[in-house]
Amino acid sequence: MEIANAFALLTNFVILPAITYGAQLSLGALGVTIVFGILRFANFSHGELMSFGAMVTILTTHLLQTKGVSISPMPTALLALPAGILATIVIALLEDQIIFRFYRKNRSTPITFTIVSVGLMFFMAGLIRIIIGPNEHNFADGARFLISFRDFKAITGLDQGIAIRQTQLITLLVTLIVVISLFWFIYKTRWGKAMRAYSDNEDLALLSGINPERVVLIAWIIAGTLACIAGTLYSLDKIYKPFIFMQIMLPVFAATIIGGIGQPLGAVFGGFVVAFSEVTVTYSFKKFLAYLGPTNWEPEGLVQLLSTDYKYAVSFLVLILVLLVRPTGLIPGKTI
Amino acid sequence: MTKHVTIVYCITAIALLAVGLFQGWSIALNIFNLCIISAITALGVNIQWGYAGLFNVGVMGFTALGALTVVLVSMPKVQQAWLVAGNGLALSFLSLIAIVFFIILVRSLLPLTSRFRLPATIALLVIGYLLIGHFFLPTTKKIESINPILSGYLGGMGLPVLLSWPIAGMVAGLAAWLIGKVSLGLRADYLAIATLGISDIIIAIVKYEEWLSRGVRNVTGIPRPVPYEVNLVDLSWFISLTHFLGIIDINNAASLFVKLCYSILFVTVLAIILWFSEMALKSPWGRMMRAIRDNRDAAEAMGKDVNARYLQVFILGCAICGVAGAMLATFEGQLTPASYIPLRFTFLIWVMVILGGSGNNWGAILGGVIIWFLWVEVEPMGNWFMSIITINLSKNSAIATHLIAGASYTRYLLMGIILLLVMRFAPKGIIPAR
Amino acid sequence: MSLLMATGMTCGYGGAYIINDCALWVNKGEIAVIVGPNGAGKSTAMKAVFGMLNLCKGNVVFNGEDITHLAPQDRVRVGMGFVPQNRNVFVSLSVEENLEMGAFINDSDVSKMKEQIFELFPILAEKRNQPAGNLSGGQRQQVAVGRAMMTQPRLLMLDEPTAGVSPIVMDELFERIVDIALTGVAVIMVEQNASQALEIADQGFVLVQGSNRFVDTGKVLLANEEVRRSFLGG
Repeated sequence: MEIANAFALLTNFVILPAITYGAQLSLGALGVTIVFGILRFANFSHGELMSFGAMVTILTTHLLQTKGVSISPMPTALLALPAGILATIVIALLEDQIIFRFYRKNRSTPITFTIVSVGLMFFMAGLIRIIIGPNEHNFADGARFLISFRDFKAITGLDQGIAIRQTQLITLLVTLIVVISLFWFIYKTRWGKAMRAYSDNEDLALLSGINPERVVLIAWIIAGTLACIAGTLYSLDKIYKPFIFMQIMLPVFAATIIGGIGQPLGAVFGGFVVAFSEVTVTYSFKKFLAYLGPTNWEPEGLVQLLSTDYKYAVSFLVLILVLLVRPTGLIPGKTI
Repeated sequence: MTKHVTIVYCITAIALLAVGLFQGWSIALNIFNLCIISAITALGVNIQWGYAGLFNVGVMGFTALGALTVVLVSMPKVQQAWLVAGNGLALSFLSLIAIVFFIILVRSLLPLTSRFRLPATIALLVIGYLLIGHFFLPTTKKIESINPILSGYLGGMGLPVLLSWPIAGMVAGLAAWLIGKVSLGLRADYLAIATLGISDIIIAIVKYEEWLSRGVRNVTGIPRPVPYEVNLVDLSWFISLTHFLGIIDINNAASLFVKLCYSILFVTVLAIILWFSEMALKSPWGRMMRAIRDNRDAAEAMGKDVNARYLQVFILGCAICGVAGAMLATFEGQLTPASYIPLRFTFLIWVMVILGGSGNNWGAILGGVIIWFLWVEVEPMGNWFMSIITINLSKNSAIATHLIAGASYTRYLLMGIILLLVMRFAPKGIIPAR
Repeated sequence: MSLLMATGMTCGYGGAYIINDCALWVNKGEIAVIVGPNGAGKSTAMKAVFGMLNLCKGNVVFNGEDITHLAPQDRVRVGMGFVPQNRNVFVSLSVEENLEMGAFINDSDVSKMKEQIFELFPILAEKRNQPAGNLSGGQRQQVAVGRAMMTQPRLLMLDEPTAGVSPIVMDELFERIVDIALTGVAVIMVEQNASQALEIADQGFVLVQGSNRFVDTGKVLLANEEVRRSFLGG
């Protein structure tokens, strides 16, 4: 029995990655849920919005790098992030004014909005690939580790190390700041409350003199900001590749629905539920159990519930499970 | 058909002829064949969306399932794999049956109100999962290790490839039945996310279960329903035919002939499906479907079993997508799981249906043909466009090479613009439903 | 001159008019009650006054100003408060937030207004942090009225404020409405519980098939034999 080693192993390969990934998914799901709460449709182009934000951040990072600007040991991307956010907000508002506003005025059905968002997804996917190309981009230029595997082992004297990557910490800190400010905004400020009121009861919000166009504007600004941050953090922590943002839509949607559609708190919660299940289900517990079991014993096989190939599918299975138990999500949400 | 429809079809035909004249008849026929397959897929989605208003974003999954069926039906059996793995597979299968039996047994023994129903089911599922895994995982390892470069999978049943098309429809329909049973009973709009998820799972299976599909290593050499070019050029009747037509390049003629054979096959399938769709649309069943689409509540109040109708239409549509997937795999002669991406296999089909005119079969076909044509032909156009943009830049400049490299993605851009424009200015499509 | 003067209101869909040459008015600090059989167009008349339906004919004058073509949200700004019959609170917002949303267009001191509402409906002060969706039917109606009062309207319009609440709660609500009127606010409301409502009414309108059948003070209407027999159930 080597509990400390087992715990270190689990922390390094399951808990830390799941928390980081969960934070990234939460930010994505928050964007989807806010657009849903205010505009009442499932936005299929949200993944591309994330991709767009990450792209602008990457391009700005490259620009800063060639100019020799650096905030080492922090990644340059953090410096470039505001530019990315600004660009994403601009593109989100343009999308709304040029495309979605028309359907809002016509009081189109949610499904119409969704199909339109598919068109937008295509458009953005093309635009992004033309601008930055379809290939991978690694732009994390900061210090790689806060605590490296080896240092940890040296300090603790354990066989198993815990490596904390700098991008993981950045992801967590930024997510924490963003989520706290978002919740402060929607629960404490006048316009934040107005957004919740509008999401709750559109007609009554009108009767209270809340300007719907303003609410929608704020919603897009928030969605754009969240999308850019989510996309950038994900790419910084893993890698940027346009195609990933197509695949990530499934876990993001799953997180949104699991939390309860249109529920910000639920979206955060859902993000972590999906991330933890994805990582846990596809992790091989062989070594972990070997540490917990008697000495010189090892379980047969990998003790892995599902192969890592199925990681995106796991989010969907979790979604089905949650919906079987609580059809409206963990925090009762809306009907699409 | 109205005059307007005829004109649009004629323009499309002229465009295809232009491709034949300028880029070669082989390319034109290729495009035409894939257009027909796209049209069939679009018909399938149109039945679901246009007839019943179901938003299925899992088209890719059903198409891939159809393609997988082709492999499983028509590829030759890998005897050695069956010899090595037969027992393991049998045991896995037996454990599956046993678990299903026990779950049903336990659930029927425990009263509905029992608190143990769900935990017991979950416990059995977990036990079953581990048990099946115990037999199954070593077996798949064995299969995959047999001659991995050429085979490494179970192979198929060695049946005629044409037979796999209807079977593909049935398999896709069966999958749709399972999915529909679960998701159509929930809130109707969960279907979108459910189908998205299912298609992801199907693709993951086709991609990673190598013992079944060879995964990303692809299955090539799927048997053809039409003659092979190499055999054709030796056949006396074909030689005399080329002489009669005055064709000199017999190899080219053979390739054209093969593609023409495919075209005939595909058009036949399209015609059959179209005929059935049109009959269904005009039948009382079709009228009821449209009534449900237009006002679900009213239809339900009139005593129609809306969910059962949804399930029917969902199965039919998915089955057609499955057939189209089978045709595609047959035409390409290979199964390439990595090429299945949602933009191409799900959302592109949606552009076709919306452009053609939701609820109108002729529209769906037209949408399928036009969009596929553009999807293929936009790349050369994009290249041309980019070369004009970059004409003043030196050949080696970074921007020029970058823009030219990005040219193939103008097709995404164009598809987006088409969908947005149609939704804005002609939401009923080119040929609106009557 | 009445605070609200709606005359000749006619509106409906296609050829059929739901209300036809209907007139409503109410003075400052008074309560006007609209009663009538089901389908008489009571709610429609209210909506028409508030601009939620477009009038084919007739006009609405509020405080000496013709507001016939003003959008509903702009009517809030000129001093009209409307409490719809259904979905009249933000269920996911707390009681306090509901009131704050009511005062959305007021930049002035919201907390003072809130205290006044809490004085009027003490139970709301107790439940100020609870989501309005968790309250009982009567309490919700109080939130709804409170929310409308937060805009400091000069005219409060209530569409069946006592629908679905118990008789005791109903009496209490009516008392509160009288209190509101005493502060100088004009109240116009549609009521199913016609006789109780007419007892507190300064002005009563009996609507039948979208037109005014009887118009008089509440007392006179209550005393009118025909009104009693036909509309108040004997």
